[in-house]
Amino acid sequence: MTILKIPTPLRHYTDGQAEASVSGSNVAAAMRNLVEQFPALDQHLYNDGELRAFVNLFVGEDNIKDLQGLETPLGEGDMLRIIPSIAGG
Amino acid sequence: MLPGLTHEEILRYSRHLLIPEVGLEGQKKLKGSSALVIGTGGLGSAVSLYLAAAGVGRIGLVDYDVVDSTNLQRQVIHGTERIGILKVESARERMLDLNPGIEVEIYNEPFTSENAMHIAQNYDILIDGTDNFPTRYLTNDVCVFLGKPNVYGSIFRFDGQASVFYAKEGPCYRCLFPEPPPPGLVPSCAEGGVLGVLPGTIGTIQATEALKVLLGIGSPLIGKLLLYNALDMSFDFVKLKKNPKCRVCGPDADIKELIDYEEFCGVPGHDGDEGSAGADWDITAPELSERMKNNHLKLLDVREPHELQISSFPDVVNIPLGTLAARLSELDSAEEMVLVCKSGTRSARALELLVTAGFKKVKNLKGGINAWAQDVDKSLPIY
Repeated sequence: MTILKIPTPLRHYTDGQAEASVSGSNVAAAMRNLVEQFPALDQHLYNDGELRAFVNLFVGEDNIKDLQGLETPLGEGDMLRIIPSIAGG
Repeated sequence: MLPGLTHEEILRYSRHLLIPEVGLEGQKKLKGSSALVIGTGGLGSAVSLYLAAAGVGRIGLVDYDVVDSTNLQRQVIHGTERIGILKVESARERMLDLNPGIEVEIYNEPFTSENAMHIAQNYDILIDGTDNFPTRYLTNDVCVFLGKPNVYGSIFRFDGQASVFYAKEGPCYRCLFPEPPPPGLVPSCAEGGVLGVLPGTIGTIQATEALKVLLGIGSPLIGKLLLYNALDMSFDFVKLKKNPKCRVCGPDADIKELIDYEEFCGVPGHDGDEGSAGADWDITAPELSERMKNNHLKLLDVREPHELQISSFPDVVNIPLGTLAARLSELDSAEEMVLVCKSGTRSARALELLVTAGFKKVKNLKGGINAWAQDVDKSLPIY
């Protein structure tokens, strides 16, 4: 299982939960599992089955774009994080 | 050639002069340096106060707004007596009271593609304290084009982010966020709220980073993003790398000059609290009041349930905007319906959603329940 950190703007769709345990051997599978657990997230994260371009995912400290993208493998205890675009000032 | 310090200044800055990393030389550097703070709101309050106190010799402030009572829960540079006056003037007055030895230059105008390069070129560093995506992309691009560091901070409810985007030495804002989220997905602070102390926490981090960059000391947040959560009291860092496909700082960049950022982001260049769905779909509070005298009108309130405790119509159906798409089956598209929220922004989005789903007899209460409280039922509070 991977711990997935959910940013505040999306907690509205996860019954307020700040973290979720997700299963899947890579980032793509873990994200699909997240959406299965919280279907309301689907429209915010995916567009026609594709992860939306503005969704930034990090495994540990690294952007998956600097690893193997959605194919980045996940091991037990890895931390997956969605980094939100926020604009308040 | 660095400016000298007067005896008065040596006394004022003595706690800085005692730190070897700053010292006399560093304090002179600060006196000879300049910073442009974009936005004199929550982040801008903290940044501007501390940069002024620290003795940054010339500080520019850009904002076009006036102080309003809803600002004062977090914008501590202003004050109750300054409600209604220009934010840049209010801020300058407080900064010069704190430190009369600095210069504060004010720009009472929005930061736009037309004026941004001209204003920014005269400063060593830019501080992003804006409240909207278009101005954040604009500030980034200006910094990339002028080769200046962009000290970034951003907040929402309990979450804060900070970084130093400096394309000469690391990634820029667009490397991390190549494109903005779709309009409406991320609520603004005016809609979603923000813990008042949060911009203080993030703004003081921005001020710290700005001073480090100006002094050339320590390890600034270049290539690192700070993620702060006030509820968990967590400070996490992630690594940021230059994006080789970055459209503004990458090797094949195709954006070479400032663009129309409102068009790029699909939202206005200010903290959206517009409250209108367009003339065809809006109903004003007085019009609604008239209509309600004659007919029964169904009111659909799309705010969060806790907001209805602040002010509410007596007989409403409450379906928060975030759950509306999943609960359309609870509504009858043949029934006339007026959509309500705080100020008309979320209800305008709800209206769009309903119209797309085939609803035709829907209207948006322009200005929301706040407009109703202002124009019709003065017993209700405005928030």
